[in-house]
Amino acid sequence: MNRLLLRNADGADPGGSWNRDPEGIQAGEGGDRSQIARFGLRLFLVVVSSLFFLFLLAFIARSQMVDWLPLTEPMAPLANPWQLWVNSAFLVLSCIALQWSRMAARKARMDATVIGFVLGGGFTIAFLAGQLWVWQQFVAWGYFVASNPANSFFYLLTGVHGFHLLGGLIAWARTVAKFLRHVPLPQLSASIELCAIYWHYLLGLWFVLFALLTSTPQTYEAIARFCGLR
Amino acid sequence: MAYAEQADTEALHEPKSFLTKYVWSQDHKVIAIQYSLTALFVGLIAVVLSGLMRMQIGFPGSLAFMDASTYYQAMTMHGMIMVIYLLTALFLGGFGNYLIPLMVGARDMVFPYVNMLSYWFYLVAVVVLLSSFFVPGGPTGSGWTLYPPQSIARGTPGVEWGIVLMLVSLAIFIVAATMGGLNYVTTVLQARTHGMTLFRMPLSVWGIFMASIMALLAFPALFVSAVMMLFDKLLGTSFFMPAMISLGQQLDHQGGSPILFQHLFWFFGHPEVYIVALPAFGLVSDLISTHARKNIFGYRMMVWAIIAIGVLSFVVWAHHMYVSGMNPYFGFFFAVTTLIIAVPTALKVYNWVLTLWRGDIHLTVPMLFALAFIVTFLVGGLTGLFLGNVIVDIPLSDTYFVVAHFHMVMGVAPVLVVFGGIYHWFPKITGRMTNDILGKLHFWITFLGTYAIFFPMHYLGFQGMPRRYYAYENYAFIPQSAQELNAFITVVALTVGVSQLLFVFNLAWSVFKGRPAGSNPWGAASLEWQTPDTPPVHGNWGAKLPVVHRWAYDYSVPGIEQDFVPQTVSAEELEQMRQLSAGTKIADVKT
Repeated sequence: MNRLLLRNADGADPGGSWNRDPEGIQAGEGGDRSQIARFGLRLFLVVVSSLFFLFLLAFIARSQMVDWLPLTEPMAPLANPWQLWVNSAFLVLSCIALQWSRMAARKARMDATVIGFVLGGGFTIAFLAGQLWVWQQFVAWGYFVASNPANSFFYLLTGVHGFHLLGGLIAWARTVAKFLRHVPLPQLSASIELCAIYWHYLLGLWFVLFALLTSTPQTYEAIARFCGLR
Repeated sequence: MAYAEQADTEALHEPKSFLTKYVWSQDHKVIAIQYSLTALFVGLIAVVLSGLMRMQIGFPGSLAFMDASTYYQAMTMHGMIMVIYLLTALFLGGFGNYLIPLMVGARDMVFPYVNMLSYWFYLVAVVVLLSSFFVPGGPTGSGWTLYPPQSIARGTPGVEWGIVLMLVSLAIFIVAATMGGLNYVTTVLQARTHGMTLFRMPLSVWGIFMASIMALLAFPALFVSAVMMLFDKLLGTSFFMPAMISLGQQLDHQGGSPILFQHLFWFFGHPEVYIVALPAFGLVSDLISTHARKNIFGYRMMVWAIIAIGVLSFVVWAHHMYVSGMNPYFGFFFAVTTLIIAVPTALKVYNWVLTLWRGDIHLTVPMLFALAFIVTFLVGGLTGLFLGNVIVDIPLSDTYFVVAHFHMVMGVAPVLVVFGGIYHWFPKITGRMTNDILGKLHFWITFLGTYAIFFPMHYLGFQGMPRRYYAYENYAFIPQSAQELNAFITVVALTVGVSQLLFVFNLAWSVFKGRPAGSNPWGAASLEWQTPDTPPVHGNWGAKLPVVHRWAYDYSVPGIEQDFVPQTVSAEELEQMRQLSAGTKIADVKT
């Protein structure tokens, strides 16, 4: 095998399908800043998914220890989680409002955009306040963070989810500030779009957490068996 | 696949003052230099810590202040700084930031503001970590793996403040790494210039790109374990803490699972090895190809190997836990996956060697480091095959064999690439060459020295010398000869440690006094060497973005006199070069 053979065996440009004249190529979609931002956000949501997936695996693994006292027992705080349903309704409303704002922005209807966007943030604040209220109820009932691993996970998971919403509210507040500075709608629509995607994701995530936190020990055991953790 | 049409004349976030140009800069090149200098600074601290540890091991009792607690604190901080705050930050934040936009033909990262935040979060993480040296009780001494329960149980050094600061610092670092990683991945996928297909990207970009994806998926595991351990420490929960009696007292914890922490930690910890190694693989491929004046052998194979290693590294984590106790079938599974990962890794080593074969090897300083990497990585990788097998690992576990293995494979090998990479790209970053004699001196002392340090440790491990001991005197099973070898290792380690000042001095001197480099001193084909200005100015590419026509490895192309063809040369221009070369040859023959 000589040097030329080594080259030719392997030395071709691996650019693959790229055989057109570069000058003739139309500009890709990549030039669109809002498309890049959406891609970045979705990638970030993958990271958040990884984070919560690992939290949930830890939750399932820990739930199989003997000292786990379920929160869904008849006298426990999540036996009838109506407060969490109320909070969920607020989060659903915030997503509906943001989606409405997003669609209005696409149609360049400024008033509806602003109202929907502000309402979205308002309902989110109501959701967070509701979560704090649930925490307060837990404390009032004597379900402190360290008294049982089920309690610890409840505070931890709702807290981390709440922190993600708080982060979203910072982006929301920056966009509201832009509204107040009368920035033109086309420049705002990208931010509204990103907020709506993020909120929808966190709503879906909340329902996963809600379902898991209010499940019975039998369900945890079944999941643990499925995952090979038991 | 998307190609950025960043407005050709648009200057992004143009800096307007000294502060926005050099401090609060959003320019990827400035951020890269900030990341690199900070990482090298903490790295030097970690080198000093290792020197202190070696003094205790080689010459027990020679340092008055070195008691068992101080030793464990130095060990913990050395490990954590080297793995996270030096290597991860330098490869992704330093090399990644500098090279990605230049190598894919972008004007900057796609989210420059987030990129800037990434550096400042990293700096805060470093400050929080280093502040633990100054708090009551000092930094944590629980070992870099921070295993509970001992990491937060009384009796471990730094249990009051040190461990809290360590966990908080790690959490901040992960936020920084996530912001950086989002930028690197999005830039590679969304902001490549015309003609830069994924399979035309240099392997450096591939390595950093894959490592960034892995960091985005693996760092959350460390975040989860850090947050849960903070809860255990500060709020008294029992995620990881079992019921236990500490110093004669029953603790409030009960039922927690230390093994759960180990799973979470190593689900991060093993990909972390490749988060460091893959960028090193990528960079060294480019160094070898450029300085051997030959195209990289098996480019596609190299790319697929990077991807395969990245994927496989997520299913091998429990090979760090063979002695923690697990179902024997799990041990079998993890041993098999671990050995499988050797296949794509070995493939890369073969391809580097085949790239060198009959190449026009220039023994420049970067090339010396690249060659040293291959042999060091080979030794470290081979001992990995020993430790990947359960039955071989169990007797070798917690001996110096393990210390030798991981220092060779993920300590020395990547650091050699760091040095090679800095010597290679320094001319582009500063416009000046480093001093060749100092560079070669630095190379030989570092390369031979690190072999003299870590190679004998394999024997110490075989002999049964355990790791993590503060003092090795007065153990019947450790012979006097081991002590003599330890003294030898210490002398060499101190020499190698001090010799790093040659590197620091070389860089500092060369920035101001180095020989002017010109735009492409190594005759490299990849895009970063084709910038209109050296060092590249803000926006990188002048008025128009470059157009890419070929891969980054067209070296010694037959029929072309110049032994490299830049990625920006079109087919027509190449034909002209070919005719010109033929003309020159005919003229030569006639004369």
